[in-house]
Formats: sequence, C-alpha cells, structure tokens
Amino acid sequence: MSTVAEGAAPASPDAARTAPLLSRPEVQRVFYPALVAVLLIGLWQWWVTAFDIPRFLVPSPLLVAQTLVADAGLLFGALFTTLKITVFAFVCATVLGVLIAFAFVQSRVIETALFPYAVLLQVTPIVAIAPLIIIWVKSPTASLVICATLVALFPIIANTTLGLRSVNPGLMSYFKLNRASRLQLLWRLRIPSALPYFFGGLRISSGLALIGAVVAEFVAGTGGTGTGLAYQILQSGYQLNIPRMFAALLLITVTGVLLFAAMAWLSRWALGSWHESEAQPG
Amino acid sequence: MTPAVEVLSVEKTYPNGTHALQPVNLTVQEGEFVTLLGPSGCGKSTLLKMVAGLLEPSNGRLLLWRRPVEQIESTGHRLSFVFQEPTLMPWARVQGNVRLPLDLAGVPAAEANPRVHDALAMVGLDKFAGALPRELSGGMQMRVSIARGLVTQPTLLLMDEPFGALDEITRNKLDSDLLELWRAKKLTVIFVTHSIYEAVYLSTRVVVMAARPGRLVEEVPIDEPYPRGPEFRVSTAFSQYAKRLQDSLLRASGTQAEGALS
Repeated sequence: MSTVAEGAAPASPDAARTAPLLSRPEVQRVFYPALVAVLLIGLWQWWVTAFDIPRFLVPSPLLVAQTLVADAGLLFGALFTTLKITVFAFVCATVLGVLIAFAFVQSRVIETALFPYAVLLQVTPIVAIAPLIIIWVKSPTASLVICATLVALFPIIANTTLGLRSVNPGLMSYFKLNRASRLQLLWRLRIPSALPYFFGGLRISSGLALIGAVVAEFVAGTGGTGTGLAYQILQSGYQLNIPRMFAALLLITVTGVLLFAAMAWLSRWALGSWHESEAQPG
Repeated sequence: MTPAVEVLSVEKTYPNGTHALQPVNLTVQEGEFVTLLGPSGCGKSTLLKMVAGLLEPSNGRLLLWRRPVEQIESTGHRLSFVFQEPTLMPWARVQGNVRLPLDLAGVPAAEANPRVHDALAMVGLDKFAGALPRELSGGMQMRVSIARGLVTQPTLLLMDEPFGALDEITRNKLDSDLLELWRAKKLTVIFVTHSIYEAVYLSTRVVVMAARPGRLVEEVPIDEPYPRGPEFRVSTAFSQYAKRLQDSLLRASGTQAEGALS
C-alpha cells in the first residue's frame, strides 16, 4: 500500500506540469488563430488550383510567398520607407497629442476654445486634405508625415485628456489636504492616473499612423516619393502584377499587427503590475 | 486641559441651498477620543472635513489649538485625515503610498524610509512594504491608509468612517488596534461612524447627531476604563450605553417626524 502511495505522490506535480499543452491559455491564444489561418490559406490554395483561377485575378498563397521572396529587395525597401513615415508620424502625434492634452487640462478655457477644432481635424477625411498638404509642403517625406500625424493625433489627445482628468477624487482630496503643489499633483497623481488611458490611445494611434501613411502615399501617388508600399501597390496594379500587390498588402497588414502588438507589450510592461486591464487573472 | 479642537457656531450651507449643518458648538480636549455618531446626511462627515480644512464653513469659527486650521503648523501640532476608502495610489507599492505625505512635504528619503517602516510596523504590515495595493485585502488596504496617516506623526487624527466598508470581524480587530495606537501615541481622535457599537467601544465621548437638518443632538460621555478588551463589548455597561445612544438617535428622528407633520 505504502509503496503505491509513495509512487503516486511525486507523479502528481509532474502531471500538473505536463498538462495537455492545449489547455494552457497562452498556447490557446496562439494556436487557435494560427489554426484558422492555416485552414483559410489551405482553402485558398485549393480553390485557386482546383478552379484554375488565373494568377492576375487571384494569385495562390504559394505564389504570393514566392513573389515576396523574389521581390524582397524592392518590397522590403518600400516597407522601410513606409515604416519610417509611420514611426515619425506616430512619434509626432504622441508628443503633440500629449502636449495638447496637458494644455487642455491646465485650463477649461483652452479646452473649450480648442476642442471643437481637434474634433474637426478628426472628422475631416485625410484624402480630402492630403493633396493640399502635398502641394503646400515642399519635402514629400514631410508632407506624408504631416498627413499621417493628423490621422493619428486625435485618439492621443482625447484619451490623454480623459486620463489626466480621471483622478480618484479621494486621492485628489488627500493631495490637497497635504498641500501638494500643482507640479506635485501633475507628476505624482495626474500623470500616473492617465497612463492606462494614454496607452489605450497609443494602441489606436499606432494603427492609424500606418493607415495615414499608406493613404497619404496613395494620394501622393506616382508624383510623390515613389518608394513606399502604397506606391508599390499602385504600380503593381498598373502592371497587373497582382502577386506583388498581394505581397505588398501582406507586408502592410503584418506591420500593422506588429505595431499593435508592440504597443500592447509596452502597455503591459508599464501597467502590468498594477492596472486591472493588464493584470493576469489569479 | 488644553482644547485641541474648538468648533464655534460653525454651520454649513451648500451653494445649492442645502442646509448640511446647523450651527454647531463642540470642544474636543487634547487626548480625547470623540466619535460623531449619526445617520447618513446628518453632516458628520461635513463637520469633520471642515475641521480638516477640506471644506470651508459658511459661518462660525474653527480653531485647532486656539489657532485657525491653516496655521496648525505654528502650534507644533499636525493633523492626519483617514478617508472612508483607503484612497491608495494603485501604481505605488505599500511603502510608496505610506511615504506619500513625507514626499509631498519634501522629507529626504534617508529620513523618510525609517519612519515609513515604523508606521507600517505600527499597523502590523511591515512585511508587506513591497506589495501593491491590489494584492492586499480591504482590511489591509485600510491599515496602509492608517499607516499613511500616522507616518507624519500627527497629534490629531481625523477618521471619516474608516472601517465602514469592512466585515465585522476585521472591523473589531482594527477598532482594538486603533485604541492601542491612540493610547500609545497620546493622540487626539475625532472618529465618524454610523455604528452605535463602534462608537461605544472606542470613545471617551460620543456626539450624537441627527439629519435633515444636520445638527448636534446630545453628547454622551463613555466613562469606562481603558484598555477595553473584547469582554467590554458584551458587558452590561456596554449595552446600557448602546441603548442610551439608540434612544437618543430615535428621539432625534422622532422629533423630526413630528416637526414634519405639524
């Protein structure tokens, strides 16, 4: 009897460690979306070959992959250009957005006077003002950065302003009771309280900066810098080089997802320990 | 005896016309443990916030050690306020939260850190200095809040229903701990609660208040010796005091009802 019990006891923690891989949430989070991707791509490949779809209509996933490798120099160069504009615009939007939010929080008058114009900026379609900016600004890169910044700016302003105002009233009273200065209030209370909202804004804006960059490149078209991914898509369209178009599209999508993931990671790194939104259950 | 807090015909009317508190006179002697007891809306929190200087009285005067509230530093005394919620900074660890009032006052870290440690030891949380508030239970968070109140070495402690959100067992434990601190540190405490039993257990004197309009009804001294152990809670004297306070509260709301009818 005792030998059986002794033999069974050490086995149980081992069993817990080697629990079925698929029951772990972190594995599930990767596995299930990957499964969907494999299924869809397989279906696509089968459909294209089975019905003999011409490659200038819908290229097979395999062909897209081959094109991505064959045109790697061209496409990744274009990706670098687009990414550069995206990152510049994203940084500009973040800095500007935070500064504007600080100004809004310092005085209700400033916010009341200027907030409608921030909204105006947000609701004006970028394709409508991009041609003007491209005409007005001499440097093509600068004009594209400005367009993408305008697209990415609003979520940062709105979220950071909301965050700087969302201070626990009890804590606010406590700080006032201890005669905290305006600077101490800002640094020790308002900014930490605003961080979760700010990171929410960053996540939205990172995607918008990429969209803004691509849209601005489209508007600038062949007359612009002529090296970004949007330009490659336009060019491939003219040349009916549909596989390359798909490859360029794939790069844009993957970049967007990676940007979002980077922001999510940054958010978790900064807030993970204390904020409910990032805390691990249990 | 020196009066620590003098409330002289203080009243409060909010800008929207609500008469939160009719003129109140109250003197709290140094070293007393005074509890403001009353139903919601009787103005007990309002009164306490006016003593702290968090609210301006509409009328009357408030003195702490015979000086206006803003000049309390010149008397060599210090007040701390403990809120109903723990009001901790969720992003800061326990020690950072307790150190906050010292940081705000510009106390250097070398001097602040041992004081933080002492304050945490007083509430029995010195092992949790590195924890985040969300990792602690409600009772522990409240202890952190009290440690933050004690770290400035106050002589006057103002507590606004600090244990109202806690379960009875935790509340009783914190009540006894608070009494020990009060005796050890020779604090003056003004404590707000709506629990009759908490008021009897803790106080040297209970101030009964009534609502609509907020007013002071009666002052009941609790002439029982300290330390008060758990057996005090089940003694005849305790019940008699509780009965007396309950009658007082009922009478006050009763006269209010008659007043409304006439």
